[in-house]
Amino acid sequence: MRKPSIGRDALVAVALLALLAALPMIFPAKSFADFVMRASAFAIFATSLNLLVGYAGMVSFGHGLFFGLGAYSFALLMQKLGTSIPVAFALTVFINALVAAIIGAICVPLKEIYFSFLTLAFQMLLYSLIIAWTAITGGDQGLTGGVPRPPFLGVHLDDPHHLYLFCCTTLVVSLFLMWHLVQSPFGYTLRMIRDNPRRASFLGIQVWRIRVLAFIVAGVFGGIGGVLISLFVSSAYPDFAYWTVSGEAVFMIMLGGVSVFFGPLVGAALLLLLNDLITRVTEHYSLVLGVVILVFALGLRKGLVGFVMQAWRKYAPAAPGPGKNPGTQGRH
Amino acid sequence: MLKIENLQKSFGGISAISEVSLHFAAGSLTAVIGPNGAGKTSFFNLICGALRPDGGRILLDGENIAGLSAPAIVRRGIGRAFQIASIFPSLSVREAILGAVNAHHRWHARLGRRFPLTVAKPQADEVMELVGLTAQADTLSGNLSHGDQKVLDIALALALEPRVLLLDEPTAGMGPEERGRMTETVHQLWQRKKMTLIFIEHDMDIVFKFAQTIRVLSYGRVLAEGTPEEVRRHPRVIEAYLGARYDAEHPP
Repeated sequence: MRKPSIGRDALVAVALLALLAALPMIFPAKSFADFVMRASAFAIFATSLNLLVGYAGMVSFGHGLFFGLGAYSFALLMQKLGTSIPVAFALTVFINALVAAIIGAICVPLKEIYFSFLTLAFQMLLYSLIIAWTAITGGDQGLTGGVPRPPFLGVHLDDPHHLYLFCCTTLVVSLFLMWHLVQSPFGYTLRMIRDNPRRASFLGIQVWRIRVLAFIVAGVFGGIGGVLISLFVSSAYPDFAYWTVSGEAVFMIMLGGVSVFFGPLVGAALLLLLNDLITRVTEHYSLVLGVVILVFALGLRKGLVGFVMQAWRKYAPAAPGPGKNPGTQGRH
Repeated sequence: MLKIENLQKSFGGISAISEVSLHFAAGSLTAVIGPNGAGKTSFFNLICGALRPDGGRILLDGENIAGLSAPAIVRRGIGRAFQIASIFPSLSVREAILGAVNAHHRWHARLGRRFPLTVAKPQADEVMELVGLTAQADTLSGNLSHGDQKVLDIALALALEPRVLLLDEPTAGMGPEERGRMTETVHQLWQRKKMTLIFIEHDMDIVFKFAQTIRVLSYGRVLAEGTPEEVRRHPRVIEAYLGARYDAEHPP
């Protein structure tokens, strides 16, 4: 078992951030920065869903609710109340946590498929609310007038470069926090509950409380993904809360790998890249994507990162010796 | 220590446990035996909170724990292992026991990285050593042999440092060699930990060799209780469970 080290992980995070910050110097095209910003939002969102699906065994079909809620909460707070960005960000986190706590408390006691469908029902409820409440949300047109981006602490998000750095920083900090979370005692407990909730309860663990907590944490990070997307598009659209967003997050997890922490990050980049490349060539995007998903579902069930890690373990010279357990390492 | 008073449980009008009153002294080693369907596992399920009793009291050091949730009962010092090993297949042995140690110390909901490895790891190592799983520490729980999975199941309960440990057929499904090893392990645990150990077992050789006292259930009622010698000679136990042949083949 690897000894946890905050210092080492912080160094990796800083190095990753420095790399992301330097990338526009190598790829100066605006489309590249746009891609990274979009990927940041979806990577946080997909990783937060994987906390539920991969770590806690809670398959939520409605996680897009928190993406949409985060986008609309942040955009409305900025637009209607004129708050500063840090305040709107903090309030969005609070709103998402509160809504996740309420919905989690209702959904979590339900078993598997009922949990999945009820989360989807709540997502569609938010979607319907957004469509119906035109005076506030702009209905099916989305929020018009843009999201104001007043400067704060010397950060000018109207400047594309600042916005790029803000998205990258939010991505790295969010991943850093979620990485620590899955390695904390709470992360262990999630995996125990995923494997055998009954046994966990006979070890003194209040399973439903842990599940609600996981739901809240995932909801908060899902909302942070929504904040980034609303900053990026300077608006919020009903599509952010539509069920297909949840489906895309599931695809991202499948593409990257459910059993690897960084799988959803790679999956998010891969899906957006596929989207951008395929739509340039053909209008039948869904058809091509369907084939890709099918290939992964049938041949690469552990996802791209899972496959690479498996191959690495198999062919790397310092493979684990007898008695070692390669399986659990993949969870981190 | 553990006192059961007039415990009752029915399933759809069929009585599984009826007017069961028993006392388990602190530090005792007791076997619960009886034919299939006698209510032994239901009895355990009622004690550890998997089932809610319809009536009666379960007193742990004077506190009535009947009807409390399983986690609440675990927190009061009752641990349990299952007839079919109940483990965490995708966790290594060490990770699973660390998780149990976390739960015992109520660290299991800590969100930060403040993983108290300096405290938890030695405790997990001690439990692994106690049950002889140190060599398999990094093996996935799901990849262990059947016997080792049963041992791990017990180790998970031991990590909670229980005052009362309930073992539901610890040797079920094992070959003679594994059964002997498991029995020795359980007996040593009881001697070293000085806990109250109650086990369900069908192998009468094991029961009569190790148990200090025996409780016999039949059709959800207490048929007999006493020392192994008293139970072995009890006419109703011979009639309902052991059979006259066992008595003849196993002279005291």
